[in-house]
Amino acid sequence: MHRDHFVYSVRNLKNRGLRSWLTMIGIFIGIAAVVSLIGLGEGLRVAIMSQFGFLGPDVLGVQAAGLAFAGPPGTGVVDPLADDLAEKIKNVNGVKAAFNRYLESGTLEFNDKRGIGIAASVPEGENKKIFETMVNLKAEEGRLLKDSDSRKVVLGNDFKKGETFGKAIKPGDRVLVNGISFEVVGILEKKGSFIFDSIVLMNEQTMFDVIGTNKAQVNVIAVKVEDAGRIGEVKEGIEKLLRKERNVKKGEENFQVNSPQQTLEALSSTLFAVQLFVYIIAAISLAVGGIGIMNTMYTSVLERTKEIGIMKSIGARNSAIFTIFFVESGLLGMVGGIIGVILGLSFAFGLSAVGRAVLGSELIQASISPFLIIGALLFSFALGTVFGVLPAYRASKLNPVDSLRSAK
Amino acid sequence: MKKSIIKLENVWKVYQMGNVEVNALQGLSLDVKEGEFLAIMGPSGSGKSTAVNMIGCLDVPTKGRILLDGHDISKLSESELAQVRGKKIGFIFQQFNLIPTLTALENVALPIVFQSVGRETRIKKSTELLNIVELGDRMHHKPAELSGGQQQRVAIARSLANDPEVILADEPTGNLDSKTGEIVMKFLQNLNRKEGKTIITVTHDSNVARHADRIEFLKDGKVIKSLNNRKGD
Repeated sequence: MHRDHFVYSVRNLKNRGLRSWLTMIGIFIGIAAVVSLIGLGEGLRVAIMSQFGFLGPDVLGVQAAGLAFAGPPGTGVVDPLADDLAEKIKNVNGVKAAFNRYLESGTLEFNDKRGIGIAASVPEGENKKIFETMVNLKAEEGRLLKDSDSRKVVLGNDFKKGETFGKAIKPGDRVLVNGISFEVVGILEKKGSFIFDSIVLMNEQTMFDVIGTNKAQVNVIAVKVEDAGRIGEVKEGIEKLLRKERNVKKGEENFQVNSPQQTLEALSSTLFAVQLFVYIIAAISLAVGGIGIMNTMYTSVLERTKEIGIMKSIGARNSAIFTIFFVESGLLGMVGGIIGVILGLSFAFGLSAVGRAVLGSELIQASISPFLIIGALLFSFALGTVFGVLPAYRASKLNPVDSLRSAK
Repeated sequence: MKKSIIKLENVWKVYQMGNVEVNALQGLSLDVKEGEFLAIMGPSGSGKSTAVNMIGCLDVPTKGRILLDGHDISKLSESELAQVRGKKIGFIFQQFNLIPTLTALENVALPIVFQSVGRETRIKKSTELLNIVELGDRMHHKPAELSGGQQQRVAIARSLANDPEVILADEPTGNLDSKTGEIVMKFLQNLNRKEGKTIITVTHDSNVARHADRIEFLKDGKVIKSLNNRKGD
C-alpha cells in the first residue's frame, strides 16, 4: 500500500517539474555547501596535520623571532640564535636533548633542469639518532646519512616522481646543490608533508664546509623533552633561559619556543571555528531551503484541495493523505540532498584538482568521509519531512465536503 | 419487503454562516431499499447536496440518525467514515472528479489502493470494470485525453471498484450533452437492473429522474412529495 502512495507522490513531483526543481535548489545549495566546504576544510586540516603531525608531543622548537620575508623558518631574522645556545638549553630541567638545525634555501639541479628547494642539516654524533627518531626518518631507497658522509645528500620522497626534473632521482645519481656536485645516497619514505617530501638533507659539517652556511646563525634549535606531560614546564624553563641569554624582558621576547603539537592544536581549533562558521551558514541556507519545501507543500495542498476531497470521498483515510504529502516533501528533501552531495563532491574534488594543477599546492585537497555523505543525505531527508509535517497534516485534516466544493 | 440499506431519521444539518444559522436539512427522513433506484429532485437550496453528503458519509448530521446497513454512521470518526465510504459507497460526480495525473486504469484502481488490495487484483478488477463501461481501449489515457462522456464512464467504473452496495450519483449528466447523458444513464440503469446495485441520484433534470423507480422531491431541507415511478408497480 505504501508503495502505491510513494509512486503517487513521485508522479505528483514530476508533474510539478519546474516547481519541484526550484524548491530543491534551496536544499541542494545548502547541502552542496556543507559537503564541499567541510570536505575541503577537513582536507586542509589533514594536509596541515601531515606537515608536522609526525613530530611527537615531546618535541619543542626554538626560533629567533623577527621578519622572515622569504626562505626557511628562522632565516633572515635580525638577531639569530647563537650556536652555543643548544648546549645551555640541554641543561634546562627536563630537557633530554637539544641540537642546532640549519636550513638553507638554494637551487638544485638534475638532468639539466633546475629547481628551488630547502636544504636542512642533519646533526652529527649522538644527536643524529635522536633526530632520526624525532622525525621518524627512514630511507625508502638507499640509506640515511652517516657521520662520515661528505658531499652526500638524502632527498625527500617527491624527487622520486621526477616532476621537477623530468626524471626520477635514484640513489647513486649526482645532483648539483647551489652548483656544487653531491651524490644522492638515499630517498626518504613519503611523509605526506610537502616540506619534508621535498627536502634535501645533508650533514651539518657538509653544510658549513661545502655550502658555506654560517655556523653562528642557528635557524632552529630542536628540543626533545624527557616527559611529554611536563612539556609546558620545560617550555617555560627554556623561555626563562633565553630571556636571560638574549637580555630581553618578559613580554618583549625576540624568540619563540613552540611545540609543533600545540601549534597544530591551535591551528585545528582555528580551523574548527572556521568550519563551525561554515556549518552555521549552511544551516541557515538549509533552513531557508526547508521553508521553501514547506511553502511548496502548502501551495500544493491548496492546489490539490479538490484532489484530496476526491480521494477522501473514494475511501482515503486521513493517514493515507498524510502519507502522500509527507512522502512528497521527504522526497523533495532527499533528491535535493542527493544532487547537493553530488554537486558538493564535484566542487570539492574539482577545486582540489585545480589547486594541484594550477597552484601546485597540496593544501587544497578534499577529504570526504562516508559519514559526511550519509549524514548529509539523512539530514536533507529529515529536513524535507520535518518541514512537510505541517502541510501534510493540514491536507489530511481537510473536510471532504469543502474540498470537493473547491474550485479546482 | 426488501430491507432498508440507507435510512435517514429526522436528520438536521445546521451550518453556521457568520452570525446566521442556516438549516440545510430540517428533519429529513428517507428510507432507501436494497436494489432501489432513487432520484432526489428539488430546486437549488433545497438541501439536495447536503442530503447526498449525508448519505455518502462525507458529512455527519447535526441532529438525527443515519443508518447504513442498520449501523448508525452519524457518530463515526473521520477515519471510520472513510472506511465506510471506501467499501460501501461509490461516488459519481457532476464534474467527473477524476485525478488528472492518473490514467483511466489508475483512477479506477485508486479506491482499491485505499483498501490495501494487492496490485494484481487491482489491475484485473479495474480492467474488467473499464471493459464493462466500454473503455477497454482507453485504459492508459489520462482524463484530459478523454471526452466528457468517457470521463463519466471512467467515474462509473471507479465507483464500482470496491463492489459497493450503494452508488451515489450527484448530477451525473450535468456536464454532458443530452445524448451522452442518456448513454450514462443507461449504464446506471443497467447496473441497477442487472447487477442489483442500489442507486441514488440527485438531479434537477427530469430526464435523469425518469430512469428511477422512485422520486423524492425536496424543498427547504425536507421531503415534500414522493413519486413511485416504476411501471407496472
